[in-house]
Amino acid sequence: MIPGTFDYHRPASVEDAVALLARLGEEANILAGGHSLIPLMKTRLASPEHLVDLSGIGNLKGISVTGNDVVIGAMTTQFELISSEELGRHLPIIAETSRLIADPQIRYKGTFGGNVANGDPGNDMPALMMCLGATYAVTGPDGSRDIAARDFYQGAYFTALVHGEILTAVRIPIPSPDHGYAYEKLKRKVGDYATAAAAVVITMAGGKCTSASIGLTNVSETPLWASDAAALLVGTSLDKVSVDAAVAAAEAITQPASDMRGPAEYRTKMAGVMVRRALERAQSRAKG
Amino acid sequence: MAKSHIELTINGRKVEALVEPRTLLIHFLREQQNLTGAHIGCDTGHCGACTVEMDDMSVKSCMTFAVQANGANITTIEGMANPDGTLSALQEGFRMMHGLQCGFCTPGMILRAHRLLQENPAPTEDEIRNGIAGNLCRCTGYVNIVKAIQYAAAKINGTPFQEAAE
Repeated sequence: MIPGTFDYHRPASVEDAVALLARLGEEANILAGGHSLIPLMKTRLASPEHLVDLSGIGNLKGISVTGNDVVIGAMTTQFELISSEELGRHLPIIAETSRLIADPQIRYKGTFGGNVANGDPGNDMPALMMCLGATYAVTGPDGSRDIAARDFYQGAYFTALVHGEILTAVRIPIPSPDHGYAYEKLKRKVGDYATAAAAVVITMAGGKCTSASIGLTNVSETPLWASDAAALLVGTSLDKVSVDAAVAAAEAITQPASDMRGPAEYRTKMAGVMVRRALERAQSRAKG
Repeated sequence: MAKSHIELTINGRKVEALVEPRTLLIHFLREQQNLTGAHIGCDTGHCGACTVEMDDMSVKSCMTFAVQANGANITTIEGMANPDGTLSALQEGFRMMHGLQCGFCTPGMILRAHRLLQENPAPTEDEIRNGIAGNLCRCTGYVNIVKAIQYAAAKINGTPFQEAAE
């Protein structure tokens, strides 16, 4: 399978990339790791006339701590997320999630920014970023702006990003060092998208849950932030009645498609199972 | 559509070429460089038969454009033997442990195992299986592939070789 013809551009700065995208118009696509785009181009489901490769822009890569936030450059690869000791110290749930994405070869090339920005409801990072309350930094022809992850996803492959804008970095508030976390993903095989998956971050004090956040992957047109379900847990000891209520609330907001991963009813129930397992594991990791 | 000029190193040899931007790295290697060791298996990024080493990464060369390899250092199976022509530890491991049946997945398996052992010189069986999770063997000969990689790790580390449990 051979992609259609295109012109290749490799700008050296975000400004040059934004100017190129503005000049080339709608027929230009951004190339990051390419492991979502190139398969579409090989099957001719996508036939961009221009590719703007962001890999030559050095300052789009890297992980740093600024104040109370971890800032991750958009071109940081999944492999680099897994390998970062600093990220592992503050936000170990990110590497736990990365390890469940695709396979080793793809994780060397696949980027964090591509995973959060392309709007595929099967991608794992978006629900995690909603769970963590992340903010996306975006630069376009009219300057830079911030978009909350919880406001970013509008439909399958449809996001708040407008053509010509580039997601440059993601800012994530560092949770309490005592937080418990887990990303649970049910998939049929290595490299598959989730049948259903759940990201959970909680804090506990004196045996009671003091905060909770839940994100759900691939059980709707967009990733979901299950805020009502999480609210049912705060103030409880995560006893069975409270967890049952939260699981039911999480299941209630899912709208999965029936596909080769299973009928919709099954995928909704699996979303509930993933929430329950993630809560159990998060509780076992939480201190306090 | 303008062709792109690329310069890269393949198996220690400097290469300059003009490529169409749409040329995939696997086609560039096989058809322009006559390096047919890396195979086109599924052509969809799933099977790993096209795996090559690119700047300390294992990459699927059917999912990478040749222009993305501009400036890169590439190793293919043709560059895996020792400089004197004898088999490298991994190649010897695959031979001694019968780590191949039809052989189609072998170049990708060896290149992927090479990177795995660079990053983790003494992997457990579980780490090996996770490490080669992006490479499919349609003969399903994984038991001996795992043994082959354990053989190579032991040989490189100078430790006794212990076979994986059946």
